[in-house]
Amino acid sequence: MSARSTERETGPASRPPFLRSLAGIFLTGNTFVITVLAFFSALVIGAVIIVFATPSALQAWHGFFASPGAALGPSWKAIAEAYGSLFAGSIGSPTAIAKAFATGSPADLTRALTPISETLVAATPLMMAALGIALAFRAGLFDIGGQGQMILGAAGATLGGFLFPNLPAPLHIAFALLVGAAFGAAWGFIPGILKAKTGAHEVITSMMLNYVALNLLTYLLTSALYQAPPRVEAISKAVVPGARLPPLLGHSLRVNLGFVIAVLCVIGVAWLLKRSSTGFRFRMLGLNREAARVAGVNIELQYVLAMTLAGMLVGLGGALLVQGVDFRISPLYGGSIGFDGITVAILGRGSPLGVALSSLLFGAFTAGGRTMQVNTSIPLQLVQVLQAVLVLFVAAPGVIRTIYRIKVLRGGGRIFGGWAG
Amino acid sequence: MKKAYVLASVISLLALLSMGVFAQSSGFLAGEVTDTGGIDDRSFNASAWQGLQDAQKATGMQIQYLQSTNESDYVPNIQQFVQKNAGIIVTVGFLMGDATKAAAAQNPSQRFAIVDYSYDPPLPNVLGLTFQTDQDAFLGGYLAAAMSKTGKVGTFGGMNIPPVTIYMYGFVAGVRYYNQQTGKHVQALGWDPETKQGTFTNDFTNQAKGKAVTQALMNQGADIIFPVAGSVGLGSAAAVLQHNQASPGRPVYMEWVDTDGYVSAPQYRKLFITSVTKDIAVSVRDAAKMAQSGTFKGGNYLGTLANGGVALAPYHDFQNKIPAAVKATIEKIKQGIIDGTISVDPTSYPAN
Repeated sequence: MSARSTERETGPASRPPFLRSLAGIFLTGNTFVITVLAFFSALVIGAVIIVFATPSALQAWHGFFASPGAALGPSWKAIAEAYGSLFAGSIGSPTAIAKAFATGSPADLTRALTPISETLVAATPLMMAALGIALAFRAGLFDIGGQGQMILGAAGATLGGFLFPNLPAPLHIAFALLVGAAFGAAWGFIPGILKAKTGAHEVITSMMLNYVALNLLTYLLTSALYQAPPRVEAISKAVVPGARLPPLLGHSLRVNLGFVIAVLCVIGVAWLLKRSSTGFRFRMLGLNREAARVAGVNIELQYVLAMTLAGMLVGLGGALLVQGVDFRISPLYGGSIGFDGITVAILGRGSPLGVALSSLLFGAFTAGGRTMQVNTSIPLQLVQVLQAVLVLFVAAPGVIRTIYRIKVLRGGGRIFGGWAG
Repeated sequence: MKKAYVLASVISLLALLSMGVFAQSSGFLAGEVTDTGGIDDRSFNASAWQGLQDAQKATGMQIQYLQSTNESDYVPNIQQFVQKNAGIIVTVGFLMGDATKAAAAQNPSQRFAIVDYSYDPPLPNVLGLTFQTDQDAFLGGYLAAAMSKTGKVGTFGGMNIPPVTIYMYGFVAGVRYYNQQTGKHVQALGWDPETKQGTFTNDFTNQAKGKAVTQALMNQGADIIFPVAGSVGLGSAAAVLQHNQASPGRPVYMEWVDTDGYVSAPQYRKLFITSVTKDIAVSVRDAAKMAQSGTFKGGNYLGTLANGGVALAPYHDFQNKIPAAVKATIEKIKQGIIDGTISVDPTSYPAN
């Protein structure tokens, strides 16, 4: 036992770094079990909230001692409806799938595949944002600037998508994506260079740049360059059809090439972190800055590089959103995806594979949440509470260990360097 | 192996649960897709939801809303209601203009209403609900000028975009009309119709910004404030209240926007001379009722002073503080705007 606890203290450093990231959580049984249990616990807490949010179910509890069965029935029904809708809206409803198999008609097929398509659509920008933020985590940097980087990426891709309407299609797609990635990279470069040259903390600078990006977006949307006549609202010109990402499953489903690009980026980042010397230096930096410096790593350069790459990935996420789904930008574009990316990166424990799986889970929550809203009286906020509770449990595995009396676990180490880095 | 069992059982449990939920409910359903503000934004999402609640009270129809968290949610949210065979789908805000148009084209038999947007040319199955708010803002501007002791009134907007600045144009026009009629020189701060520049918070939710902007306007001497910035105006009201408590000898008052502030922000009701309102709730309610009774027609609805779609709210506490002559003049101006003899364009009046 004592040997194990020692290992927990020094675990990450005593094993080769790439083994640690492999062992990173999803392939080791213990952490996997913790994640599943966290998921289960979040569902249980969600069930309680569902009962409270459903008047008929709550009402029935008044007579609990008179007839417990009558009290439990409506609650069970409410919970089943809510989680059933969540499932049907994110994976698919069994009846719709059965019907599609039976008739084989395109309309039924579309209907059966819509939930999966919507899950992937919602997961795509989230995956990119979380991937960038996770990359920064691994280099010991806390990138809070996802929102700004996503806005800049989207603004860049939009510009690239309407400025030269006559470019041939495949070239135009790549061009707009590149402009978006470059804009995002620039927005990540700023906190990187500020940290390297002046020591300004990236948490502060990247967060403040979110506000700059929001106001920059408003400015752009009211400028003649972006604003789309003849209408007068603050909406940008549309990305021309030649710069839009082609759909994967036909035009009636929104899932598009963007998802494939996001998955390729996940593989690319996994390779970068595990196999390349740059990734090795990032991880050294993330594990122990002073050790990295002593070992001869130019840590200032790594700061700039990691933040720029992070900004590029998040910005590319914004580009995929514009070119694949929305085709134009508007004030507050991207909503909270840049921040949700932090949550997903933590849930994925900073590993590319973890990020990919977590963003699929969050994408499923987003898509399923819509169906849950429309089928029940439960507000969308429940889904957000579920996500938050889930991350809470994953980020604090001690809670899960205590609840389920799991005694000792390996792994479960720190996900990113401390605040004081 | 154990983990696989856990996962498999979780998935199969969810699949089991999902079997029970596909019983389609019957009856007329009116659905609202909100933008990111949600139904409790105290602004147009809330007003549209109020309209559906009123329709439900009147006819017993089912109502339901879906909240969007970002722009990519609009299309699937509308789709949810299409699949539920909603009798009418109400979308809110100009950001949903394209998504609504696309859904309307794909589902020609599905009826839609959209708040704060109109189509040119009009669509057969979409009713665009827009409001000529410069008309009642003109009345508000006139009243503000008449009530100002300092000879300065102020306005500010949430963002320099037409749905916001239309109010500010009307407000400034009303002030200028007052000057022209009475020979006085009341100044309107915060919006210059000639240069199209003014004071903006670039935000519709941050009350701290409303507070700061309002303090700046009061420092310049404005004693009537007209915020056009959604819930940012609540910060404005807080600043005014603070000012009035600190210097009760020089009170500052406000005009609220969109809804009757006396009702929607009652904690500040003592401050409101009146409100420059647009009746989203009534037009949404009527659209839903028409859809249910089968008399729905697509096209564009424009709320004006003439049809009551825009109006100056009751004076409430100021009923007796506003001189009768001013109230009578405002009624006359209202008629003048309705029959077209008074222009609400500020550039048709001399700028001080």
